[in-house]
Amino acid sequence: MNMEGILALTGWGGLRWVGPVELFERGPVWLRDWAVGWLPEGAKVWAEGLIPAVAVLAVFGLLFGLATVAERKLLGRIQNRPGPNRVGPYGWLQFAADGVKMLTKEDVVPRSADRVLHFLAPIVMLAPVALSLAVIPYGRDLVAADPRCGLLFFFAVGSAAEVAAFMAGWSSRNKYSLLGAMRAIAQMISYELPLVLSALTVVMMAGSLSLVEIVEAQSGYWWGVIPRWHVMTPWGLAGLLLFMAAAAAASNRAPFDLPEGESEIIGGFMTEYSGFKYAIFFMGEYFGMFAVSGLAVTLFLGGWQAPLAVLEAAPSYGWFFLKLGVMIAWFIWVRGTLPRLRVDHLLNFGWKYLLPLGALNLLVAMVWRGLGGWAFPGAGAVRWLACLAMIGLPAILWGRLLMRSRGWGPRVYRYAS
Amino acid sequence: MLRRLVHCALCWTLSMAGVAGLYILAGAEFLGLAQLIVYVGAVAILIVFAILLTQRRELLSIERLTAGSWVTGVAVAGLVAGCLWIGLAYTRGLGGAGGASGGPALETRELGELLMGRYVVAFEVAGLVLTVALIGAVILALPFEQPREASGRRADRPAAGEGWDARRQGGQGA
Repeated sequence: MNMEGILALTGWGGLRWVGPVELFERGPVWLRDWAVGWLPEGAKVWAEGLIPAVAVLAVFGLLFGLATVAERKLLGRIQNRPGPNRVGPYGWLQFAADGVKMLTKEDVVPRSADRVLHFLAPIVMLAPVALSLAVIPYGRDLVAADPRCGLLFFFAVGSAAEVAAFMAGWSSRNKYSLLGAMRAIAQMISYELPLVLSALTVVMMAGSLSLVEIVEAQSGYWWGVIPRWHVMTPWGLAGLLLFMAAAAAASNRAPFDLPEGESEIIGGFMTEYSGFKYAIFFMGEYFGMFAVSGLAVTLFLGGWQAPLAVLEAAPSYGWFFLKLGVMIAWFIWVRGTLPRLRVDHLLNFGWKYLLPLGALNLLVAMVWRGLGGWAFPGAGAVRWLACLAMIGLPAILWGRLLMRSRGWGPRVYRYAS
Repeated sequence: MLRRLVHCALCWTLSMAGVAGLYILAGAEFLGLAQLIVYVGAVAILIVFAILLTQRRELLSIERLTAGSWVTGVAVAGLVAGCLWIGLAYTRGLGGAGGASGGPALETRELGELLMGRYVVAFEVAGLVLTVALIGAVILALPFEQPREASGRRADRPAAGEGWDARRQGGQGA
């Protein structure tokens, strides 16, 4: 691919001086080309596919471990307790101890369970999520696969998670498992709509389904200082908020973690899982959180683009993972702050609030584009405020109206009184 | 072979995913991914929910396979395979087709323009049919007895000491 790069690192005759900026930016690609160069001709095609896959899995596997520790430490901080602080420096190696524990635990399968489906469910949960990590552009040249319909691919492979939840719940032969699976499926289906709607707004404005092109559509700066990320526009800001709310629900994160509400249905569809199968479910959940966070960064926060022109010297994947870290921290903070929703609240919130606002946001994006032709002084500010009012006012008023129509009062139990 | 209906549904899901893979291999990326979303993401879930909500348990599993059902199954499978084989054998120019050589037959953009232009009526009518089905399902699921007003309901709830607690205590005493 990059012959000069290979020579810079491997050849003796064509050694070329590369600056630190270029070295860090292009380094991973050079490393891949260097490794592929050793292989015989027939194996090169396979290696070019396998090396990015292994790299993505290794990076996100490590990130999974660190994120579990970070989550426990941050939750501990929020709840005014230390959190894990024994294994390794400041407890940061806790995930290794957890991994060993999970590996050596007994794998209990209920006697009446459907053994084949019980075994397959964690795999069906993890594999599609890992696949969806392939289309996210991590850096300027760092993307494992760039299909023309990258965004569609993301949602298409993600839809297998519903089947996996059903398999786990049904095969366990446990009523709590099945109830948890039904909750999980109802929730995933309901919240996929606002998720896709807010992503669709970006597709409409960027004019492409390819995630690489969506990131490239956000390059450049307004007046040289404000990056042209989608989140800097009213529809992008509203879209990001809608997307994150829907993403938390679609990946079964708190406060939408009803499928595993311990106080009601034990552990949901994971009730009958133990040992490493449970760890794989856990991993699938975290990978799902990374994937939607990465998609949110790609769609709204400019992907790997630097926030300022001077900061472009730092490697692009560094910016991506920094933004990803912010997103993960947001998820953890929300989990530590908000109590779990009730099922009817959850479904009402999805269908009556997020979905209409998502549709309205699509309209706002169209108006934003239509008003782009204004040329009088201060047109930009007027356009910005008008579009913000168009999505912001309905969001506030519609929320108030929904709360008022529900009314505050004593709970009425229809079937248990 | 598979005696449980849920297993059949899941195998059907797998075969739909396989069809999506065939579409993608043939270069129809958009169609293949849409197939995945619609069939694996939605229709499969619809089917397993329908199975779970079926009241008559005897429909959910096949107790024993008779010789007749084996014969019928093999005959149908053979018929389908034969039709496919004939269809493939007599189709010309299949060797040159495919994503690797020919590229996509239709770009996603062109597909969208066709759906929103030439075939917009068929597209919208299909959407309307689905909406009608959705409304019908909601009407079916509505309770027959309309819930009373909130204030009325509160009035006829048992007051303290005479409702559930009183009944339970009475039961224990008797």
